[in-house]
Amino acid sequence: MSRPTHRRPEYRKINKDLFVLTYGALVAQLCKDYEKDEDVNKYLDKMGYGIGTRLVEDFLARSCVGRCHSYSEITDIIAQVAFKMYLGITPSVTCNNSSRNEFSLILDKNPLVEFVEELPAGRSSLCYCNLLCGIIRGALEMVHLAADVTFLQDRLKGDSVTEIGITFLKKPEEKKYRRKK
Amino acid sequence: MRARSAGRSLGAGGRRMADAVLFEFLHTEMVAELWAHDPDPGPGGQNMSLSVLEGMGFRVGQALGERNPAWLPPSSSPWAPQAWPGDPPASAWPKCLPLPPRLSRETLAYREELDILKFLCKDLWMAVFQKQMDSLRTNHQGTYVLQDNSFPLLIRMASGLQYLEEAPKFLAFTCGLLRGTLCTLGVKSLVTASVAALPACKFQVVIQKS
Repeated sequence: MSRPTHRRPEYRKINKDLFVLTYGALVAQLCKDYEKDEDVNKYLDKMGYGIGTRLVEDFLARSCVGRCHSYSEITDIIAQVAFKMYLGITPSVTCNNSSRNEFSLILDKNPLVEFVEELPAGRSSLCYCNLLCGIIRGALEMVHLAADVTFLQDRLKGDSVTEIGITFLKKPEEKKYRRKK
Repeated sequence: MRARSAGRSLGAGGRRMADAVLFEFLHTEMVAELWAHDPDPGPGGQNMSLSVLEGMGFRVGQALGERNPAWLPPSSSPWAPQAWPGDPPASAWPKCLPLPPRLSRETLAYREELDILKFLCKDLWMAVFQKQMDSLRTNHQGTYVLQDNSFPLLIRMASGLQYLEEAPKFLAFTCGLLRGTLCTLGVKSLVTASVAALPACKFQVVIQKS
């Protein structure tokens, strides 16, 4: 096939802007609909979850990731493959505890906030990028991994870095449900 | 890491680049969630959700236009009397024939308008959906019909008539996007969409003369 014209630099820029601007419009709309920051955060997380459950299929189809043998491997893949693929950034990964089930993704750059200088007035508890937490949580759940994903630090709130914490929860025991006849 | 071709798993929609699918997924989620916002919409409720989506698309279209000032077709004011670029110089015209009429200011404005619509069909569509619009028709009186035979935001739904009722929800944002982009390019418009059979759809742009 000849060189794909849809990959011209100006088109790529518009395409990247499109997602970021749409996300911004969404957050603005949710702020209009919900007075409390917690409600907006919850809603963003819920939407992210819905996206994550479907995005993981897309991700597995595009990448050649093999079977993972540890939470650490999985977190590395999220940071180095998934974030890179969809957002063009590679957060660094740290492990936060000795049982090796708590990790942090440190986002040096965050494309989602490219047009956001500061949180809207009166919205100091807003987790602007909470969609990302939901996406990670939804994606992990589709591969049978339960995890808590939250923002531990946020540059928009005045912290020095933006940090997403992933805590892998114990695998739920398999339960067999019998239908009552 | 070589990315395996995702064509099969993405279906007839084609091989959308990874960084382009995020918008698509977000859009689908927005349609689902903003619609469910008002579980008992009442008679006016459905229109409210469509207009919320359209309004968001409008703001995004405006923002895209503002961030890309180079989009505006280069031409000076239609009010200045001057030759259209294609006109031959007066000296080239045989002296025995009358000179061709100067292009009227309405014609100049119309050609700009058409250029803008062509730009939407080609460049904007290519940037946003990685394909061009399949056809552009006009009645030469300010109404344009843009047809996409395989609109990416409808692709994931079954083709044919099965989800016809749902289709408008998936078009509202894009109608707003078109209207917003046109707005920053100096064109006031009304944009509506219709679907005869998925995944083909038509966007109707009616220019509003002030």
